[in-house]
Amino acid sequence: MLHIVNKSATDRGSLESCLAMATKGSAVLLIEDAVYAATNGSAAAAKIQAAAADLKIYALGPDLAARGMAARVLDGVNVVDYAGFVDLVAEHKSCQSWL
Amino acid sequence: MSDMDDMDDGSGIVKKFMFLNRKAPHGTVYALEGLEVVLITAAFDQDVSMVFTDDGVYQLLKGIDTKGIEVKDFSKTYRALDGYDIEKLYVDQASMDARGLTEDDLIVDVTVLSVDEMANLMAEQDVVISF
Amino acid sequence: MPMVNIAGKDYEVDEEGYLIDLSQWNEDIAKYMAVEEKVDLTEGHWEVVNFLREYYAEYQIAPAVRVLTKAIGKKLGPDKGNNKYLYELFPYGPAKQACKIAGLPKPTGCI
Repeated sequence: MLHIVNKSATDRGSLESCLAMATKGSAVLLIEDAVYAATNGSAAAAKIQAAAADLKIYALGPDLAARGMAARVLDGVNVVDYAGFVDLVAEHKSCQSWL
Repeated sequence: MSDMDDMDDGSGIVKKFMFLNRKAPHGTVYALEGLEVVLITAAFDQDVSMVFTDDGVYQLLKGIDTKGIEVKDFSKTYRALDGYDIEKLYVDQASMDARGLTEDDLIVDVTVLSVDEMANLMAEQDVVISF
Repeated sequence: MPMVNIAGKDYEVDEEGYLIDLSQWNEDIAKYMAVEEKVDLTEGHWEVVNFLREYYAEYQIAPAVRVLTKAIGKKLGPDKGNNKYLYELFPYGPAKQACKIAGLPKPTGCI
């Protein structure tokens, strides 16, 4: 399953809920304000890095760039563009958006 | 730009206004709306402070490039505030720390305040407007 | 949205005649807007129009008149950085008229 999170982890609990529910081998795509969690120094960085052991973590590149975060992405997080976003949706049987 | 040049209500009363920014820049419209209200307020010659706490500190980051998401890069507009005589910009130390940010990461000069200093600043305002 | 055709090229404008897509701006459209505003473009007008375009490129906003006046004074001297000079060039307001000719959006806070 592909999990999509779009809210900042320092503003809402949706990333935490997502990480608690995502099973081993699932993919988590961070978009919009959720991308801050995948950057160096963020309060959620440790959680993301721990989760990356069992989950594939992706972040949307244009959203990182728009937030001045393109150069601060955590190791182990895969940056994708819009075409990569579409590929992720297409290659997973189902999607869950954590609104 | 406004043709309502130096508009005021003629009373000459100057109040202390704090604009409190707590949201990241693009995920919601709060940051941009708050900035526009501040620019309009500048015409009224009031004592304006802009405060950035929680995710609001993300508004001031350097190196923002919005071409990929096709929205206006209003981070450049914070640098125009000085020309509007809005010089009191404050950021919250704890919010910066929680996001791995330092003053060097920000696009404008700011004063970094501790939570206690921020609380005192807020307490002495006549009006606090939150975005 | 209304369209304006100048020299075989279409430009989209809003209901008040402001250019929609800033990147489309050129001297043709500026001259067209000036005729619409009944402004006879001189070197002094172009100076202000070009200043506004540079200001917008740097800050992503059109400045308030007070801010424009001060900034023009700094760059072009006090004989140009005053309300009298700017309103002589743009009688219906440097905000409204010069921004329109410069292809900038309707100014923030301008009713």
